[in-house]
Amino acid sequence: MKVLAAMSGGVDSAVAAARAAEAGHEVVGVHMALSKSRDQTRTGSRGCCTVEDASDARRAAEKIGIPYYVWDLSDDFHDLVVEDFLSEYAAGRTPNPCVRCNERIKFASLLERATALGFDAVCTGHYASIRADGPGGEPSLHRSRNMAKDQSYVLAVMGPEAVGRSLFPLGEFETKEEVRAEARARRLGVSTKPDSYDICFVADGDTRGFLERKLGEKPGAIVDADGTTLGEHRGTHGFTIGQRKGLGLQQPAADGAPRYVVDIDPASRQVVVGAAELLSTRELIATDLITFEELAPGRAISAQIRAHGEATPGTVLEVDGGGTGSVLRVGLDTPIRGVAPGQTVVLYDGDRVMAAATLERRA
Amino acid sequence: MVSIPAHGPAGERAYLDHAATTVMRPAAREAFLSASGLPGNPSSVHTSGRRARAVLDDGLEEIAALLGAKRSWLVMTSGGTEADNIAIRSLAQGAHAADPWRTAVAVTATDHPAVRSTAEAIHTDPSPLTARLLPVDHRGLLIPEQVEEALADGAVSVVSTALVNNETGAVQSLPDLAAAARPHGTWVHTDAVQAVGHVELPAWDHIDLMSLTGHKIGAPVGIGVLVAKPEVPLATASTGGGQQRGIRSGTLDAPLTAALAAALRETISHREAENHRLRGLAQQLREGIARLDPTARFTLAEDAPQSGHIVHVVFPGADSDSLLFLLDERGVDSAAGSACSAGVTQASPVLAAMGITDQEARGALRLSLGWTSTERDVEILLRALPDALEKARAVGSLTR
Repeated sequence: MKVLAAMSGGVDSAVAAARAAEAGHEVVGVHMALSKSRDQTRTGSRGCCTVEDASDARRAAEKIGIPYYVWDLSDDFHDLVVEDFLSEYAAGRTPNPCVRCNERIKFASLLERATALGFDAVCTGHYASIRADGPGGEPSLHRSRNMAKDQSYVLAVMGPEAVGRSLFPLGEFETKEEVRAEARARRLGVSTKPDSYDICFVADGDTRGFLERKLGEKPGAIVDADGTTLGEHRGTHGFTIGQRKGLGLQQPAADGAPRYVVDIDPASRQVVVGAAELLSTRELIATDLITFEELAPGRAISAQIRAHGEATPGTVLEVDGGGTGSVLRVGLDTPIRGVAPGQTVVLYDGDRVMAAATLERRA
Repeated sequence: MVSIPAHGPAGERAYLDHAATTVMRPAAREAFLSASGLPGNPSSVHTSGRRARAVLDDGLEEIAALLGAKRSWLVMTSGGTEADNIAIRSLAQGAHAADPWRTAVAVTATDHPAVRSTAEAIHTDPSPLTARLLPVDHRGLLIPEQVEEALADGAVSVVSTALVNNETGAVQSLPDLAAAARPHGTWVHTDAVQAVGHVELPAWDHIDLMSLTGHKIGAPVGIGVLVAKPEVPLATASTGGGQQRGIRSGTLDAPLTAALAAALRETISHREAENHRLRGLAQQLREGIARLDPTARFTLAEDAPQSGHIVHVVFPGADSDSLLFLLDERGVDSAAGSACSAGVTQASPVLAAMGITDQEARGALRLSLGWTSTERDVEILLRALPDALEKARAVGSLTR
């Protein structure tokens, strides 16, 4: 196969590209430039795509012996990921930009471009596995063997069609140490690079500060469920459903119990706080459903609502169609907390991804 | 060892990026190798030093003679960028020190970043010096009235324009620029990096300083020269042992200088025949491209003043990054515009200055010829182009 290996300059994508080349594919390395103004050097684990990262990717490609290019996808990334991140927060929702990037950049813009240029597949350093366990033996997306690193949650939005045109060679690695050891053995020059955390376009890791700079200060009230004002805030975009820390409330709750953000209303600029019970729910409502197989009411599933969270067993209650705007309703066997609109819910059957959708307000 | 596969058909490749760097000439390599066997710093007084000095002086003398200059006019540099930096910055500083009224430099909107960014840096640094940007017309040529206006107040110490533009091959008229500059006492600099070997070098009546570099003419990377008349007031660019009139200190490199002399000798002695030959190949490229894609727009009209070794063409609707990739895959080395250090192709200020929009410039391709170019290179390009263009347009249509 002709394979385009997306190379960030990190250890995972370098090893993935090397594995794809070793498997006999005709591999071309591509570093995506996601910002027009890039820092020259990387100063920590935060931020991404510095010029130094691009040259690390180039060096790894040279070692593997594959051609290497830099493609400028910064316009798409800005419009489809960064702007979405800002408008979602402005609307009181909690977006996951890595999910959006996979959905709209890596397995959309990049994959489309690759296909138009004659490539059969895109290879990345994600931790997930592709098998042939889908309906009729179609390619299916699974959790990686390394559960701690599993990224099937952020990949599920790619949908079944893109899975058939993707390679995730790292899915079978048991540990990150093995990946680093392989990078070292292959002399890819990136074996000791730190893992990236946080949001790549918020270089200093201060997401709240970034949102405030971009969205401006929009002060409002922090209220309890009765509407009593408890405090002030500088903008609803500084809050996430389920948040407990950083509320800045002087008076403790009457019963002394911790208070959490339970609702955000950008229109009235109100942040509602309340007891943990108010966050609990046994029902999830989601839209923009993407399915890997036909879903019908009564189907047993397990649902995951966070990148690094457990999946909770439950049942599909209602499903309508499969495209944009379709509604999914899921009942959970045990209540879960911290359900925020804008988050992605991924449904699993064991370790196999069945569907992804975007959470709406709780029922 | 790193293995870089040549992934063209049967390994046969067409190198059509001589404007980026050309192939080293065997004469230059031999000159380098033979000089590199000698020990000795050319500034040392012992026998080995004198031998190295003699090799260096032979090279300097030949370079000066080939350029119609004197040996003492040469300031050897690491390349064209450093030569341009010294020409603009050191002259701006030196002229201002001699005459406080000289507070400005004027450079051309299409100049190489080595000139343009130096002017911008002078403009934004805390000194009183400023920069003026001279616009060009749709052919990339200076506009006489605008030049006149920029120089009229006599504050400009140096006016600069590239004799041959590195992206389009457009050729400026230095006699006209000199005629505009002389009455105001403004020094004239030209970056001749792309010009050597392709157009006749300017007469010293018309210019005062000229930059050139080795690797565009078949010498190694790492050697260039600023030729500056002795009366030009250049401030010190780097301090040290006081070599090169005290303008640019640092040990001179005899082997690289010998290689530059050898490359320059061949380049200049073959210029007329070679330019005729390359113009013929460029014509074949233009005709072939026009036949394969009647919508292709050549950035310079056939009758516009141009060097003859660059064919710059815009393919409407095509994505340049993809076109470069596809041509590379099909055995053709080419360029889109100026690439920044990260390898991201940036919108070209040269095309923007000529009135070509960013949107139009997206499908730009620069094909540049040099001393090893043959008809076979043209054939490989024309064979690769139709399929590459179709796919690059498919990508172009994906872009919102």
